[in-house]
Amino acid sequence: MQFGIFSVGDVTEDPTTGRTPTEHERIKAQVEIAKKAEEIGLDVFATGEHHNPPFIASNPTATLAYIGAQTEKIVLSTATTLITTTDPVLIAEDYAKIQHLTDGRVDLMMGRGNTGPVYPWFGKDIRDGIDLAIENYALLRRLWRQDVVDWEGRFRTPLQGYTSTPRPLDGVAPFVWHGSIRSPEIAEQAAYYGDGFFHNHIFWPASHTQQMVALYRRRFEHYGHGSADQAIVGLGGQFFMRRNSQDAVREFRPYFDNAPVYGHGPSLEDFTSQTPLTVGSPQEVLERTLGFREYVGDYQRQLFLVDHAGLPLKTVLEQLDLLGEILPDLRAGMAEGRPAHVPDAPTHASLVAAAGGAHDATIHAVDDVTGVSV
Amino acid sequence: MTHLAVISAGLSVPSSTRLLADRLTAAVVAGVQEPVEVDVIELRPLAHALADNLLTGFASGELAEAIELVRRADALVVVTPVFSASYSGLFKTFFDVLEPDLLTGVPVLIGATAGSARHSLVLEHALRPLFSYLHATVVPTAVFAASEDFGEAGLESRIARAGGELAALLSGAPRRRARTLEDEFADPTPFEDLLRGA
Repeated sequence: MQFGIFSVGDVTEDPTTGRTPTEHERIKAQVEIAKKAEEIGLDVFATGEHHNPPFIASNPTATLAYIGAQTEKIVLSTATTLITTTDPVLIAEDYAKIQHLTDGRVDLMMGRGNTGPVYPWFGKDIRDGIDLAIENYALLRRLWRQDVVDWEGRFRTPLQGYTSTPRPLDGVAPFVWHGSIRSPEIAEQAAYYGDGFFHNHIFWPASHTQQMVALYRRRFEHYGHGSADQAIVGLGGQFFMRRNSQDAVREFRPYFDNAPVYGHGPSLEDFTSQTPLTVGSPQEVLERTLGFREYVGDYQRQLFLVDHAGLPLKTVLEQLDLLGEILPDLRAGMAEGRPAHVPDAPTHASLVAAAGGAHDATIHAVDDVTGVSV
Repeated sequence: MTHLAVISAGLSVPSSTRLLADRLTAAVVAGVQEPVEVDVIELRPLAHALADNLLTGFASGELAEAIELVRRADALVVVTPVFSASYSGLFKTFFDVLEPDLLTGVPVLIGATAGSARHSLVLEHALRPLFSYLHATVVPTAVFAASEDFGEAGLESRIARAGGELAALLSGAPRRRARTLEDEFADPTPFEDLLRGA
């Protein structure tokens, strides 16, 4: 079972001070947060991708590579990579490159994005969102798995004799998750390929998460990748902790009330009862998180949203210290009663082992004068 | 068993909007041969939940239950007071938060109330286009009741005609539903079809 954090990279005013960080401060803060995540023993750091203010989440591969150079163990991931509006050829190249740079510490989560104008800005039509996610990902898979690709689809320039470089590290493509809150087609896509399925989980009632995960598990088995309880499931989560529950509620309330996503709507009390948001003591966060299994089954990856809504860096790092304190109990709790046939989340090492060992996949070009491989 | 959902956006108690809704409902029930189960959805108690839904993207508690009643309904009676020359914002918000296609093919009887008969065409310039956009089947007779109409003879005959039209739709061909999100969860489109762009 992996634990980690995911960041959308929002630049939001701190409602308690009225101060908004600069882009530079927020970009550097995200790096500090990722390094802290490794320090407290988390397994995964994931960053979002946005192409508009108030976010600093464009060019996620630069961020991940920079973090990768300053960390040793943590898996670098995305939440999410925009498979709809990003050229799959660039995704294939960029993430294979990070695979090499970080010795395989990378995977990706595909998503469709939530900002309408991003589609036209990148020459796409939002009404094609699902079709883009399906076609672009089908091409991405081929680019990582076939050395030479001929391709023709609806959405991008055809490819003839194209080789995406670098080839995936050790001949094994990065593991892919597919994220969707409410589109059954995406759960179906993840199940078809035997990829992971991630549910954001944090903004909606648990019944929605349960319905999507159940569909993915059922179809994963249908497509012959294993039994339903062996499907690879990830969930989001959201908390604010202080040693004393009342202190957590008092400190977090102004951030909740003004949060970009749900602010000025339901009360903190209503929202914590309707969604997985937990505001309280470390023990309360521990117990609530261990309860997620009751409606999605034993799962593989738990990511928390910690840096958002204008929370200052110092507070975010304190939250991570508290998360580090309950991490051993989270791991022990999730392991309790977990059947042996439920797999862990795939890693580069496990994928290499499953492929029968590492092999260098480098493609050596042919000299067009001599015909000799160089 | 036929399920009829009645949506009333009246704000006062007692409400002339609810009064019109009840009269229309009785006219529909009288015209349907088989037993009718009527679910009345008053929007006033759902106002906070509707505002929350706009901000959070999900329906909570009693609003979620009300939407389920609409989902299982074979037909709707919808009545709104006239605010600023149109349906009320509360009335519109309820239909704004329904998932797309939920009303496709659903027979709907539309009604409105106002203080003055000068608003009567609101049914034709505001409500009918809204339900046409939602692909509902709106019966030809829409019923408007100004305060003065409750003291005049013509209202009752219009109510009876409209109720009879909705009842006739319910007694006719079986209702055709569009494929909804719930259908997709129950019976997903196979991925090979999605790959082909089907």
